Amino acid sequence: MMEWETVIGLEIHAQLATKSKIFSAAATAYGAEPNTQACAIDLGMPGVLPVLNQEAVRMAAMLGLAIGANIACRSVFARKNYFYPDLPKGYQISQYELPVVEKGELSIDLEDGSSKVIGVTRAHLEEDAGKSLHEDFHGQSGIDLNRAGTPLLEIVSEPDLRSAKEAVAYMKKLHQMVVYLGICDGNMQEGSFRCDANVSVRPKGQAQFGTRAEIKNLNSFRFVERAIEFEIERQIDRIESGEKIVQETRLYDPDKGETRPMRSKEEANDYRYFPDPDLLPLVIDEAFIETVRASLPELPEAKKQRFIAQYGLSSYDAGVLTAARALSDYYEAVVAALGGEPKLCANWVMGDFSAFLNRDGKDLAESPVSSAQLASLLQRIQDRTISGKIAKDVFEAMWVGEGDTDAIIEKRGLRQITDTSAIEKVIDEVMAANPDQLAQYRAGKDKLFAFFVGQVMKASKGKANPQQVNDRLAEKLKG
Amino acid sequence: MSLGVVEVAKIAHLARLAIRAEDAPAYARNLSAILELVEQMNAVDTSGVAPMAHPLDMAQRLRPDEVAESNQRERFQAIAPRVEAGLYLVPKVIE
Repeated sequence: MMEWETVIGLEIHAQLATKSKIFSAAATAYGAEPNTQACAIDLGMPGVLPVLNQEAVRMAAMLGLAIGANIACRSVFARKNYFYPDLPKGYQISQYELPVVEKGELSIDLEDGSSKVIGVTRAHLEEDAGKSLHEDFHGQSGIDLNRAGTPLLEIVSEPDLRSAKEAVAYMKKLHQMVVYLGICDGNMQEGSFRCDANVSVRPKGQAQFGTRAEIKNLNSFRFVERAIEFEIERQIDRIESGEKIVQETRLYDPDKGETRPMRSKEEANDYRYFPDPDLLPLVIDEAFIETVRASLPELPEAKKQRFIAQYGLSSYDAGVLTAARALSDYYEAVVAALGGEPKLCANWVMGDFSAFLNRDGKDLAESPVSSAQLASLLQRIQDRTISGKIAKDVFEAMWVGEGDTDAIIEKRGLRQITDTSAIEKVIDEVMAANPDQLAQYRAGKDKLFAFFVGQVMKASKGKANPQQVNDRLAEKLKG
Repeated sequence: MSLGVVEVAKIAHLARLAIRAEDAPAYARNLSAILELVEQMNAVDTSGVAPMAHPLDMAQRLRPDEVAESNQRERFQAIAPRVEAGLYLVPKVIE
């Protein structure tokens, strides 16, 4: 039985979060009426000239600096020629021989806890195409060119990935990076972040790469993993049954869970690139790069290390909290509003808060509980107005809009009982009501302590301060 | 390097140009002559010369990221052969 090694390289298209298009002043907003954001330049009308968007260049440079890449002081736009109705000019403006970003790297975390450095060959600026709609037009296709000319950064990895899992880890890391940098909204459903995967297999130990297939337009992490796994199996099966792998473009069908060849015409990939005469070389000077460098936000890994050092969090907690920039910002706002207790804040942000967001399928931006509101709730745990258990009920009430912490505590009468004499009174009642258990406890059955705690908490409707209940009960049960 | 009628047919297809079969040999001769001219330049030692991407010795001007175009769909679609629901209609293309 031959042992096979998988070789994967990813080309990721990140839609840059500019207001206007890469070469025109038309809007890039998602979801507009068809063709209302396609101007003469986007439509490829005769006589128009593309002018490059400065913000797209700045964003490309940001990514380059964040992955330790070289920012080219001189890069060139080229025409990639092919015919398709959603590409009005008959060519896509892209970069070919001289891209704006070259030779970076990204470190990914593997399942066994180790990390691996993945090379980034290049990242180049290009324009997106429009959209074709194939249904319901009496045998014709409908074309919406709103997306035509939207700026994309195509980020190409080295063939350093060795499994579907590694490919997904890399894609997630890059996704986290572009969202942190604020250069891409990362919305995969809207196509803002999508991936083409080059997959091949070779006998383990062989230096030469096998023939690869390119799987196009994967727009979810799950699809990337499944498509690659299917493709690896398919290629190994073919080779082991004596067939050859054909270099081709394939599409993943999520319903059937398989990849299928997309184009059969071999000339489809003959793009005849040449420098675009409408665009002069892009020159980036040192001053511009330094300005961009100074504007870089704190990156995920650095933020994670700071969370460990500054808040005394575990590596795991710091990793969860810094996975998304929005969550880390929320967490820090809660800590700041509460004025301390970073571990308590972490437990709540990662626990109930994240669980409720997940349950309701909400983005953090849509959270009904603000960082200040959560901090006010934690404040009431801290000053022992309520127990941590009651706080969960208050949180749920706040989530559905019943008001602020104090209002809910008052309205529902949840204030914790910290009056020792009141607690002792409940304990006396519980002891009187359970003479058998009391006798057994005093005869040495220590396990019954939990029974008494439970009864006291129940009798106080969960409002008795747990620590005081423990202290007083231990004392009283001794007799 | 010289081109034959097969290459001419392929280039014509890539460029979506309709050419008559009887004209293909003439195109092949003319295109080959252009390639031969380029071939002559290979004799020049260019090892110290940076590749030229553009004849103008200038850099690309950059534009601020501002939306300045308004919706002119009706004007653009007035010259389109067929439109429906705001979409341009074209012969069906399916991969």
